[in-house]
Amino acid sequence: MSTNVDTMNRLSFSMPYRAKWWLMFGLMAAPLAWLIGSALTGGLGANPIEAINRFLGDWALRILLVTLAVTPLKLMFGLTWPVRMRRMLGLWAFAYVALHITNYVAIDQFFDWGDIWRDILKRKFITAGFVAFLIISALAATSWNGAIKRMGVQAWKRLHKLVYWAGVLGCLHYIWMVKADLREPLIHIAILAVLLGVRVYHNLRVYYA
Amino acid sequence: MLIKIPKSWQLSESDATPENIYKERRRFMKGTAAVITGGIAGSLLGRDAFAAWVRGEKLPNVVQSQYTTDEELTPYDDVTQYNNFYEFGTNKGDPYDNALDFKTKPWTVEIAGEVNNPGIYDVEDLLRPHQMEHRIYRHRCVETWSMVVPWVGVTLADIIKRLEPTSRAKYIAFETLHDPKQMPGQNRNVLQWPYVEGLRMDEAMNPLTLLATGVYGEVMPPQNGAPIRLIIPWKYGFKGIKSIVKITFTEKEPPTSWNVSAPREYGFYANVNPEVSHPRWSQAKERRIGSFFKQPTLMFNGYGEDVAHLYSGMDLAKYF
Ligand code: HEM
Repeated sequence: MSTNVDTMNRLSFSMPYRAKWWLMFGLMAAPLAWLIGSALTGGLGANPIEAINRFLGDWALRILLVTLAVTPLKLMFGLTWPVRMRRMLGLWAFAYVALHITNYVAIDQFFDWGDIWRDILKRKFITAGFVAFLIISALAATSWNGAIKRMGVQAWKRLHKLVYWAGVLGCLHYIWMVKADLREPLIHIAILAVLLGVRVYHNLRVYYA
Repeated sequence: MLIKIPKSWQLSESDATPENIYKERRRFMKGTAAVITGGIAGSLLGRDAFAAWVRGEKLPNVVQSQYTTDEELTPYDDVTQYNNFYEFGTNKGDPYDNALDFKTKPWTVEIAGEVNNPGIYDVEDLLRPHQMEHRIYRHRCVETWSMVVPWVGVTLADIIKRLEPTSRAKYIAFETLHDPKQMPGQNRNVLQWPYVEGLRMDEAMNPLTLLATGVYGEVMPPQNGAPIRLIIPWKYGFKGIKSIVKITFTEKEPPTSWNVSAPREYGFYANVNPEVSHPRWSQAKERRIGSFFKQPTLMFNGYGEDVAHLYSGMDLAKYF
């Protein structure tokens, strides 16, 4: 473990925290900037609405997984700077989820609430996405410092543990949606499994230590 | 967001569209290089260097069909760059990217099963005796998008009559080429290869059913299923099997690829039906490529007058 930490610290950017924060912020914003640029220049192909929906869904899940990587990075390599910017990462995941769903409601279904509600109840891939959305929204709504004080640290922590379920449901949403080619959702599931596995391994070690 | 507005298009024979060649510079350059190097290498190796598809080759002796529509055509670039053809990859842009060098000449089709004239036919010999027609059909994908496409092809029924199926032929089965070297998507078992499809004989004999070999008056590009593919406009797009190498007349209902892959989701019939949902999405509406709003999907994709009688008395929720 200690050699790991040494290497990581040597490899870790010798950059002030503020610069790292802005770098990560920029990285999270980049896909959205690309999407807007492509939409304005007609670069989204024959079915832009489908392209937008998929692009936003993909990045929502990817950034959720990035957020879920924060704790494993600390446990395995002792990196602490990602922990400090976890809120920013989580809020970006929420932003992509919110845009993905806005696109579905406002453009794909054009506010046809009857159809939307039927989708949520009848289609299990949408049901899973909807529950993940509720979780991520609750976490975003309680992401400010005041919320921790009001709720109490224990209750707040318990609530925010639900992020794991958001990850699981996001992956289920993806694999249940796919027609035949499971490769991409399986890659996401494998990454999620590793991230959760690191935590389980760590907890067991602490428990039996 | 930018919504593409389709340009109008006329069916006149003089309407060659070389400007598109310049627009597709990358592909044009690649094509030119292939022709030049292929010509040299081909003359050394004795291989047909011109087997790959080239944009802009008009199909001769095509007549206008009675089967048409005045709906706005989906632009050529969308028809040829937004495709489900898993043999070339599972993303919609993959076929356009990966099928450029697909060899469609020479091409043979094996005719087998319950038929008096079995054998291996060159595709040109199979098509030549029959009248080629321009037909504008609505095309509805099971994924809820749709297009309006000007195909060129011959009526399947004409070919079937010439091949003389026996009285035992109740169904007709089709098979796509299996060649992972040319079709990179076949290196992964996303579906069982080769892709297979089938029709009941009366569906195959319906005058709407087309064996297509061109789009927009031109030789069909490989990503659309060259050199011949099936078009059954009242069924979901996946019934329209592409790059056909074998046609078998059978007594029993033949297996079909998507049904084998997910029997709860895709049936043998796959008739367009707004009332029968796919288990994971509704089929009541569709988005026409190029349109912002969805529009209602029509029973049998609007071809009920010509085909509804084929299914009278059948429970279409059961035989979906
Ligand atoms: C009410 C909530 C949600 C709804 C209604 C919804 C809707 C959809 C729909 C309709 C698709 C299919 C797109 C298509 O077939 O082209 C889709 C795909 C997807 N969604 Fe969602 N979604 C929701 C929540 C989420 C959440 C919370 C996440 C991530 C954490 C997510 C990630 C994805 C991903 C990764 C895809 C696949 C994109 C691809 O094919 O590349 N969705 N979603």
